[in-house]
Amino acid sequence: MEVTELYYNDPKEIRKFKIKTIVFQVLLYLFLVSVAIFILIPFYWMIITSLKTKIEVDLMVPTFFPQEVAWSNYSQVFTQVTLFGRYFLNTIFVSVCTTALVVFTTVTAAFAFARLKFKGKELIFALLLMTMMIPGEMFVITNYMTVSVFKWTETFQALIIPFGVSVFYIFFLRQTFQQIPNELYLAAKVDGIGDFKYLWKIMIPIAMPSIVTIIILGLMGAWNAYIWPQLVANNGPLRMIANGLMVAFTTEFSSEPQLQLAASTLVTLPLFAFFVIFRKYIMRGVSRSGIKG
Amino acid sequence: MIEDKRAGWKALIALAPAMAFLLLFMFFPLFNTLIMSFLERFRFKSGGGLFAWNQSFQSIGFGEYLNVLRNPQFLTALKNTFILVIVSVPISVSLSLLVAVALNKIKRLQGLFQTIFFLPYVTNTIALGMVFKVMFSTNNGLINTILKAIGMAPVAWLTDATAAGYWSALAVITIYTVWNGMAFKILVFLSGLQSIDKQYYQAAQLDNASRARVFWRITVPLLSPMIAYVIITSFIGAFKSYTDVIAVFGAGDQVYGPPGSPFMWITVVGFIYKSLKGGLMLPGSLARASAGSVILLIIILFFTVIQLWVSKKKVHY
Repeated sequence: MEVTELYYNDPKEIRKFKIKTIVFQVLLYLFLVSVAIFILIPFYWMIITSLKTKIEVDLMVPTFFPQEVAWSNYSQVFTQVTLFGRYFLNTIFVSVCTTALVVFTTVTAAFAFARLKFKGKELIFALLLMTMMIPGEMFVITNYMTVSVFKWTETFQALIIPFGVSVFYIFFLRQTFQQIPNELYLAAKVDGIGDFKYLWKIMIPIAMPSIVTIIILGLMGAWNAYIWPQLVANNGPLRMIANGLMVAFTTEFSSEPQLQLAASTLVTLPLFAFFVIFRKYIMRGVSRSGIKG
Repeated sequence: MIEDKRAGWKALIALAPAMAFLLLFMFFPLFNTLIMSFLERFRFKSGGGLFAWNQSFQSIGFGEYLNVLRNPQFLTALKNTFILVIVSVPISVSLSLLVAVALNKIKRLQGLFQTIFFLPYVTNTIALGMVFKVMFSTNNGLINTILKAIGMAPVAWLTDATAAGYWSALAVITIYTVWNGMAFKILVFLSGLQSIDKQYYQAAQLDNASRARVFWRITVPLLSPMIAYVIITSFIGAFKSYTDVIAVFGAGDQVYGPPGSPFMWITVVGFIYKSLKGGLMLPGSLARASAGSVILLIIILFFTVIQLWVSKKKVHY
């Protein structure tokens, strides 16, 4: 702004410029507010519908705020679908195990690619990156067979083991590891510290923010898993939350939107809580994945 | 550098855990699925082990590819997927770009808006699909209520099995896909915008350039690597559409349309899963799924290569 004003000596021109700037700012906010409303309406509708009574939900003209707040919808979710609580526990268990496994394989592999020297390093790394372009269905088809050969259908192994590694996270953590100055490594060598001790004592603590990002994105990923669990664990008590939601609340309760959306709210809330607490890490991880190109 | 003779061993130990998983669940499947797509009437037999070539099949050839390409449902899926790509990618990319540019231009409330726009990223696709289904319900949904209030006729968004219903369902699927996918794009664009040197804009101001000119001549070219990246990933994502579609119809994992036309909006990935659900023992069902997935891979590679080629000419690094 300051620069421009030097070149406008005419006060009328300055005023015109200022008005134009204010109008533009107002338009910007109007645009952003309308997009924000577009984003928020589904959440608003989810929450208010989940609190309406069955009678109110069936009104021909929907109300924009529940006349009578029916908290009982939430307890009904658990009583009508007795396994719903179980689905939550399944999802938590699977997400914790998968994430623990992924962190282990990611840290060790990223360490090898960032720090160690070995033959064929570039080639292996290029091969890994190529797999990121391949549609997951190609893996899923054979993994579905593999899981049945191993007799893992309807077990936790089937939900956890195939996701024990993530190429993207290896790539992500390798970048962080590479930013650690070489001098630190050389100094550690001089002090007689071995490679794995160096990884444990120096690299992991320094790269902790990135590892936390991986943990959070990993935990959230399991919460959203739908396709794979639907193939290998969709008949019994091992259902994941998204599958349980689909099976229980779309077929049996299709005429009870207040229960459906109470269940949706219950599924969404833990994710939101996570987001509120770890906002910085989540957004960092997601935006980083965009700059890698 | 300090020489370490044991470096090779250490690398092997460090890589072993990741490599074991990668070999079994990524590299082998890639290879195996490719082979399976050429095994006509492939069927799983118990005791056949992991490898496709030890299972039961009739002959080797392109038979399953021909079956897939002649399958009317696959052709529908292909058409639907292309329509979803062509409609949803331009809308979501351009809207996200506009939002990011606007966000970058304001000072107050930037963090709040950023958080709001990111919320759809941290949701469950099935759960929010159910919300959209309720909002777009024909009888007393929010959207039809608004339409009636402004004097327009209500629309049978997700319940019309006729040709008109095809397009109204497309509208809902597109709105949901855009709603669901904007967060990531906005974040990438915004981090790109924040790394553009302010000097370019100051220079443009000196020249008294119009806002539109600044946008097209400075912002877009300098942001072009991010734009190219987002377009490519959006294309790939849209070609793999599946969960968004079944989520808005919300009637099970094999319902892609309104009652009376359950496969109306089946996608290529949907076709693959539908084939796969035929079961391991049904002759041809795994091979059909494999052939479908290879065709999908070829389509995605084709478009990615074209886009990389175009962006080589257009992107300013």
